[in-house]
Amino acid sequence: MKDWRYVFSQNRGTLLGFFFFVVMFAVYTSNHPAGFSANVVQTAANKGVLLALVAIAQTFVVITAGIDLSVGAVFVLTNCLASWIVVGTPATAALGVAGVLLAGLACGAVNGLIVIVGRLQPIVVTIATGAVYLGLALLLRPTPGGDVYGPLADALTGRAFVVLPASLIALAAVVLVVWVPYRRSVIGRAAYAVGSSEQAAFMSGVPVDLAKFCAYVLSGLAASMGGLFLTFVTYSGEASAANGGTYTLYSIAAVVLGGVSLFGGSGSAIGAIFGALMFRTIGDLLFVFNLDPLWQPLFQGLVLLAAVSVGAARLFQVRNRLELFP
Amino acid sequence: MEQSAPILRVEGVSKRYGGVRALENASLSIGTGCIHAILGENGAGKSTLIKILAGVVRPDAGRIMLDGAEVDFVSPAAANRAGIVCIFQELSLVPELSVADNIAISNPPMRFGLIDRRAQRRVAEEALARAGASDIHPMSLVRDLPLSRRQMVEIAKALARKPRILILDEATSALTAADVARVFVVLKRLREEGLALLYISHRMHEVAELADECTVFRNGSNVANYPAGTKSDSEVVEMMIGRELSHVFPPKPPPRDESGPPLLEVKGLGWTGRLRDISLHARAGEIVGLGGLDGQGQRELLLALFGVLRGVSGEIRVAGRAVSPSSPHAAKSPPIGMSLIPEDRKTEGLMLPMSVSENLSFAALGRISRGGVIDSVREERLVAKMIELLAIRAASPNIPAGALSGGNQQKVVIAKWLMAEPRIILLNDPTRGIDVATKQEIYQLLRRLADSGAAIIFYTTDYSELIGCCDRALVLYDGAVRRELVGDDITERALISSALNIAEDPNGVSGGARPR
Repeated sequence: MKDWRYVFSQNRGTLLGFFFFVVMFAVYTSNHPAGFSANVVQTAANKGVLLALVAIAQTFVVITAGIDLSVGAVFVLTNCLASWIVVGTPATAALGVAGVLLAGLACGAVNGLIVIVGRLQPIVVTIATGAVYLGLALLLRPTPGGDVYGPLADALTGRAFVVLPASLIALAAVVLVVWVPYRRSVIGRAAYAVGSSEQAAFMSGVPVDLAKFCAYVLSGLAASMGGLFLTFVTYSGEASAANGGTYTLYSIAAVVLGGVSLFGGSGSAIGAIFGALMFRTIGDLLFVFNLDPLWQPLFQGLVLLAAVSVGAARLFQVRNRLELFP
Repeated sequence: MEQSAPILRVEGVSKRYGGVRALENASLSIGTGCIHAILGENGAGKSTLIKILAGVVRPDAGRIMLDGAEVDFVSPAAANRAGIVCIFQELSLVPELSVADNIAISNPPMRFGLIDRRAQRRVAEEALARAGASDIHPMSLVRDLPLSRRQMVEIAKALARKPRILILDEATSALTAADVARVFVVLKRLREEGLALLYISHRMHEVAELADECTVFRNGSNVANYPAGTKSDSEVVEMMIGRELSHVFPPKPPPRDESGPPLLEVKGLGWTGRLRDISLHARAGEIVGLGGLDGQGQRELLLALFGVLRGVSGEIRVAGRAVSPSSPHAAKSPPIGMSLIPEDRKTEGLMLPMSVSENLSFAALGRISRGGVIDSVREERLVAKMIELLAIRAASPNIPAGALSGGNQQKVVIAKWLMAEPRIILLNDPTRGIDVATKQEIYQLLRRLADSGAAIIFYTTDYSELIGCCDRALVLYDGAVRRELVGDDITERALISSALNIAEDPNGVSGGARPR
């Protein structure tokens, strides 16, 4: 077999995600009253990038066969923090951005430490820490409000080179600066190994605990980027429990749609990005077809079910039924 | 062959797991440029020794000297750094990663702080070529490879680490004959290059072809050391014999009436190449033993009978009637009425956090419920009966099963299946890791069950149980029945030689001289 065939088959999930997104987005824009215009793309991009960043956060942890139910809470907490500190002069705003990202790293590090040192299940740990982070967000912003450094917000939510949404460029930068090096680093490799078979990884002398820790830390970082971007979009901070919960659940949906296996060990953040963009487009499709928005959850749910069914097809080949139970 | 200075010495190493002694004052000395074979029957301590050398477990006593200095490996990574690389029986490959990723997993080539994929590919191709497996594409996922190719990847991965001491634990068990030949060429070349190789295999002809030195293990200790080729097969078997016969078995009944169809009859059973043309039968009142070395298909045979495997070929008859159990539920229900007492009580036998009483009821829920509602009075009565029958020592039926001792947990697993009143009972090594007193109670119970009309298939890794407990014994080798032994013919010598797939010397040991 030729090399490109292996590359293709190992990135099938990502490519499928990309393909379905393109199809859906084409249907969406061709039915939109304004058509495929820079404005339509910009609005869709800004909404999509928010979820995409949270989905990247989820991907880091899911690859290690864990799950992070605190990504939404970190997203909300860093949004509230940014609405306090990313203000004033360009210098103070820059310091503020650094502070927000550090806060995200710290949240992820706390998750990672508890999961690894306490040997507790990620799902329980992150439910608990998620509640704590949301509580902190409420202390920061008991009522919605605050502000953000305007020029930066406008630059990142606006357009570059007249037509290109700046948010997509920022997202591409995140992928290039965070994901690509991670994927090619020893720690990234170790994360995949841990998710695929923790026992084999340990027996091969792979740094199992360090890989998990880094996955949670990077998850926190990506979620805080999402929180920061939310502040740029809304110009304020809001400690919304509903928002946190929705983004957490949607991040899992996006990850699955983007071909990242919830059993761990396979998939990529790029797939998760297309999963997120696709999930957003499903919602928008109803709008252009003039369907009642009440249908949105039902429709999104059906698409998600169809997507996971495709992933389960391999189970028909299992010869020993004990292998059906991971 | 000239004996070189030892690179690795094991001195008086002991290891216990709970109350079970796995290694007792074991010693071993390995030289460079030499292939050293380790022989021994199941439970002789070979695996534990290898795990200690590979840094997976740490010894309770004794020391390991590498190049004359004492070493203490805290992890597999530490052993690797010292140049000891082990190819394990259960594969240590990560299924979702590519072959190249796996080969370079612990020490990938780096460039600018990132993994250099092109260099990694070269490393992988080189390692695959050295292992004689250039047909494997470095970019394919390990998940997509068949077992024999995975084992070749495992060997390539070990070679890529540039070991000084290479340990192969049954590393050829899943390989095709052509692969074995290629691996042998590689191993001989490594010997020329001055590596020390430790080779564990149950295939006597492989040992004869490869080894320079042999060490025999028995009951956790090394009992003999000799240059390869100086002992006959039957002498080797003699050295491996000698398990302490410390169990007391109930008397066996005289042979039974052989008329009528047997309760369980299997003809030409096969499954994905792991089981090959297996035929056997068991009559009511009979205990049929399954023997042989670990992993020769015994577990798969029991799973196939119990409806766990898909794509099983051949014929299964219960009381003369052809059946094809499609799931454990079908196998346990009428008209089959079969029970499987699984190998690992903690994962397949018990729900550890649930109570003893709930655990006992699972297999027999149909008997104690009406219209889908559990009749708790009836459940309580049956549970009490079972606890009494098997003398399960539990403070109350309501304590969690996980709180019981290993022996009592095993009794709960057995009792749970007896509550379903099976006609055919399959047991997968039920006495592994439990105390002697409980073992004897289990032997008594098996005989009582047989006397009351059940047909029992009893897989055990302990030869003394085949001798003491079974009316007939089938020895499996490589997924097929190698030999059937009846009554007094079930001897340790016969069991070990057929387990190793070598001809038994009818004259016993006679100083190694063999008639030509």
